Amino acid sequence: MCLGVPGRVVAVNGQIAQVDFFGVRRETRLDVIDEPVQAGDYVLNHVGFAIRRIPDHEIEETLALYEVLLREAENDMMAADVRSEIDAAQLHSGGSGG
Amino acid sequence: MTRAAADEAGRGHSGRRDPAIVMKHGAGGRAMRRLIQETLTRGFVDVAVDGYGIAAMDDGAALRLGDRWLIVTTDSHVVQPAFFPGGDIGRLAVAGTVNDLAMMGATEPMGLTCALIVEEGFTFSDLERVQQSMVDTCREAGTTVVTGDTKVMGRGELDGVVINTTGVAIANTLVRDSGLAVGDRIVVTGNVGDHGMALMAHRHHLAIDAELYSDVAPINRMIRDALAARPGAVSAMKDPTRGGLSSALHEMAEKANVGMQIREELVPVNPVVRAVAEMLGLDPMHVANEGKAVLGVRGGDAAVQAVLAALRRHPAGANAAVVGECVATRPGDVVLDTGLGKRLLSEYEGELLPRIC
Amino acid sequence: MAAPAERPTGADELKFRDPARARALADAIGRMVEQIGRAPVTVMHVCGSHEQAIAKFGLRHTFPDGLDVIMGPGCPVCVTDLPEVDEAVVLAEDGVRVVTYGDMLRVPGTVRSLAEVQSMGGKVDVVYSAAQAVDIAGGTDEEVVFFASGFETTAVATAAIAVANPPANFSILSAHKYIPPVMEIVAEMPDTRIEGFLAAGHAATITGWGIFERFVERHGIPVVVAGFEPLDILAGIAQLVELVRDGRRAVVNAFPRCVTREGNRIAQQELWRVFRTTGGNWRGIAHVPNGNLRLRDEFAHLDARRRFRIDLKRLWTQAPAALTQLCMCGDIMAGVSSPEKCALFGKECVPDAPVGACMVSSEGTCRIWHQYGGHPRL
Repeated sequence: MCLGVPGRVVAVNGQIAQVDFFGVRRETRLDVIDEPVQAGDYVLNHVGFAIRRIPDHEIEETLALYEVLLREAENDMMAADVRSEIDAAQLHSGGSGG
Repeated sequence: MTRAAADEAGRGHSGRRDPAIVMKHGAGGRAMRRLIQETLTRGFVDVAVDGYGIAAMDDGAALRLGDRWLIVTTDSHVVQPAFFPGGDIGRLAVAGTVNDLAMMGATEPMGLTCALIVEEGFTFSDLERVQQSMVDTCREAGTTVVTGDTKVMGRGELDGVVINTTGVAIANTLVRDSGLAVGDRIVVTGNVGDHGMALMAHRHHLAIDAELYSDVAPINRMIRDALAARPGAVSAMKDPTRGGLSSALHEMAEKANVGMQIREELVPVNPVVRAVAEMLGLDPMHVANEGKAVLGVRGGDAAVQAVLAALRRHPAGANAAVVGECVATRPGDVVLDTGLGKRLLSEYEGELLPRIC
Repeated sequence: MAAPAERPTGADELKFRDPARARALADAIGRMVEQIGRAPVTVMHVCGSHEQAIAKFGLRHTFPDGLDVIMGPGCPVCVTDLPEVDEAVVLAEDGVRVVTYGDMLRVPGTVRSLAEVQSMGGKVDVVYSAAQAVDIAGGTDEEVVFFASGFETTAVATAAIAVANPPANFSILSAHKYIPPVMEIVAEMPDTRIEGFLAAGHAATITGWGIFERFVERHGIPVVVAGFEPLDILAGIAQLVELVRDGRRAVVNAFPRCVTREGNRIAQQELWRVFRTTGGNWRGIAHVPNGNLRLRDEFAHLDARRRFRIDLKRLWTQAPAALTQLCMCGDIMAGVSSPEKCALFGKECVPDAPVGACMVSSEGTCRIWHQYGGHPRL
C-alpha cells in the first residue's frame, strides 16, 4: 500500500536529513518523525518523509521474533533440519544483522 | 452488457483498441509487438523474401546471398535528454544499430546510413557534440557512416533531434532470436538496468545522489569473440533494450516455444541500480539496456565456459553470467526462482514510473 | 564473477530475506494449517504492498494448498473512485498543471486517464515525493494542483507540506483514503469467509496497532500487523494462522521495529490537523463511512475543489465507460471473487488497456495475477 524504504541517516540539517538507502543518498524530510534522529540512526521513509526511527534493538527483536516462531514448531524434525541449516548459514555469513 | 456486445464494440479479445498511438506503443513490450504485428507489417509479410523478413520480427532482416547472409537493420533514436550520464543520442544511434546487426551474427558492419532530423533552434555546439560522439562510437565498432540525410523541422515540431541509422553487414552464420532449445543455458553479458535507470533518475528529477551511468556501447567485437570461442554454441541472441531483460527473455522463450527457468540471484545488477530500483519500487529486469546481450548457449559446460571467458575478456562483458536455462515445462513462460519462492517473470507494459505504493 | 557484486552497506541489514528462515516459516505455516484440519483457512491482507511483496518474492508458491491469502481493498490506486480521477482529468484538460504520483498516471477515469490527457498535450508531472510537488509550484507562476492519493501513511506527507506554507499557486486535490473504516465494511460483508486480517505495517506505523483492539472485539477476528520484507510477511501469516488455530481473538504486532501501540503521535497530529474523514465511495467496494480524507476548512485556501470550478458533467457527456459496469474489481477486492471469474480478465481488460483499477496498479490483484500468473503451479 505504501512503499516504505528503510535507510540510515548520514547527516541532519534542521528538518532535512541526508539518508543512505542501500548505498544511494537522498534527502528526507523530518517534519513528521516523532523522535529526534541523528547520524547513524535507521529511519523508515515514505514519499520523501521519515515516518519512524527504527531503534537498533528492534532490529534484533525482529530476528528474535522469527526464532520464536520457528522454535514453536521445533518438535517437528523438518523444522530442526532447517534450523541447523540456518545456524550453518549464519556461521558462514556472520548473520544478517542480528 | 454481454461479452458479445463488448466484442461488437470493436474491443476484440486481444484487448481494447486504442483510438490513437500512445507512449506504450513504443515501449518495447507487448503493445509495441502488437502494433507491429497487427498494423505495420500488414501487406508486407505476405510477400516472399529469400531469407527472413519482417514477419520474423527479429533485430533485423537476413537476406540470402549465396551461402552467406546480408543483414539489414534500421533504428530511429529519440532520447530525452539528448545528453545523459554515460552517453548521448549520437552514441546511442550508432551502438543501437551496430548491436542489432551483431545480434544476428553480423559483427563486422560494412557501414551505416544516418538520417538526421533536427528541430529549429538546436544549437550548433550540441550538434557537433552529437556528431563527434557518432564518429567516436563508429571507430569503437570498426565502422563508419557511408551516407546520410538531413532535415530541419520547425520549433516544437519535434523534440530536439531524431537520428535514424541503418546498418548493413554480412553474416556467415545466422543467429536468430528464436533459436533456443531445451537444455540451452541463458547467458547475460553484464549488469542489467544501467541505461534506463540512469535516464529515469535524470528525467524525473529524483534528486538521488547516485552514480548512475548508461551502459550504451557497441558490443559487436565482444559478440564476435563469443561466437568464435565455440562455433555453433550460441543458439540465439537478443539485445535487452526497451522492456529490459524481462521482455527479451519472454520474446525468446515465446518464439522458440521453450520454458525458461531463471535464478534471480544470478542476474548481475549494479548495486547502485539495485538500490535505486528498490527505492522506486521497480525491477531492474524491466529496465532498458543499450550495451548488453542475452545469449542462448548449447554444448554443455565446456561450451558455456568458453563463451563466458570470451565475453569476460571485454570490459563490457566483465560481469557476464549464466542466469538460467531452457526447459521443456511451461513452454513460452519464464519462471523466476527468487530464492524465497518462484513466480512467472512479469513483462512491463509502458513507460516505467517511480511508484510510491 | 558470476556472483553479483558485493552489496553496499546502508540499510541492507533491514532486508529480511534469508531463504532458510523463509523456508522454515513456510513449513511452520503449512503445519499449522494441517493442525487446523479443514480447508481452506482464509485470511485477508488489506495492503497492496503485501500483495506486491508476495508476488515479487514468489511467496505464494510457498503457501500450503489449504491456505487462502486474499488481497483486500488495500491498494489506494485501485479504490480511488472514478469521479476522483475525473476531477484531476478535467483540471489537466483545462490547462492546469497536475502533479501526481507515478501510480495514478494510468488509472482510467470515466472517460480517460491522466496519461491520456498528457499524451494529448496536458501538463501532467510525476513526482516521487510530496515535497517535490511543492518545489514544482515554487518554480513557476502557473497554478499547480497536487493530485494526492494514498492511505493515511501518504496523507501524512501531504499534511506536512500543507502546514509548511506552500506557495500561493499550489493546491491539493485530495483522493486520500483512511483504511480502518473499510476493514469494518469487509468484515461485515455477508459472503465473507475471512478468519483473520493481516494489517498494513506502514499505515500502522502512523496510527499504532492499538486502533485494531476494538475491531477485534467487535468482529471476533484476529489481526496481525505485519511488515513488508518476505520474512515479515511469512512471520505475520504464521502468527495469524496460529491465532486462527488456537481460536484466539487478539491483535498481534509482528512488525515491532516500526509499529508501536500508540503509533507516531506527531504524524497523527499533522494528519488530523489538516484532514477530516468523510464518507465516500471506494471504487468497486461500497460507500465507506469515514473512508475519505478531505481538507479541513482551515485549509480551504489549499483545496483545489474550492479553488477551481471542476465541471465533471462536461466530461461525463462524453462516451460512457460501459465496460466498467462488467468490472468485478469490487468483488475481487472484497475477497468474494477472483480475477479468473471475471469475464473481462485477460481479454477486454489487460495491463495496457485496463478496464478496472485492479489491472492498472502494479499492486492491483488483477494486474498481479495477469503478470505473475496468479497462483500457478511452477
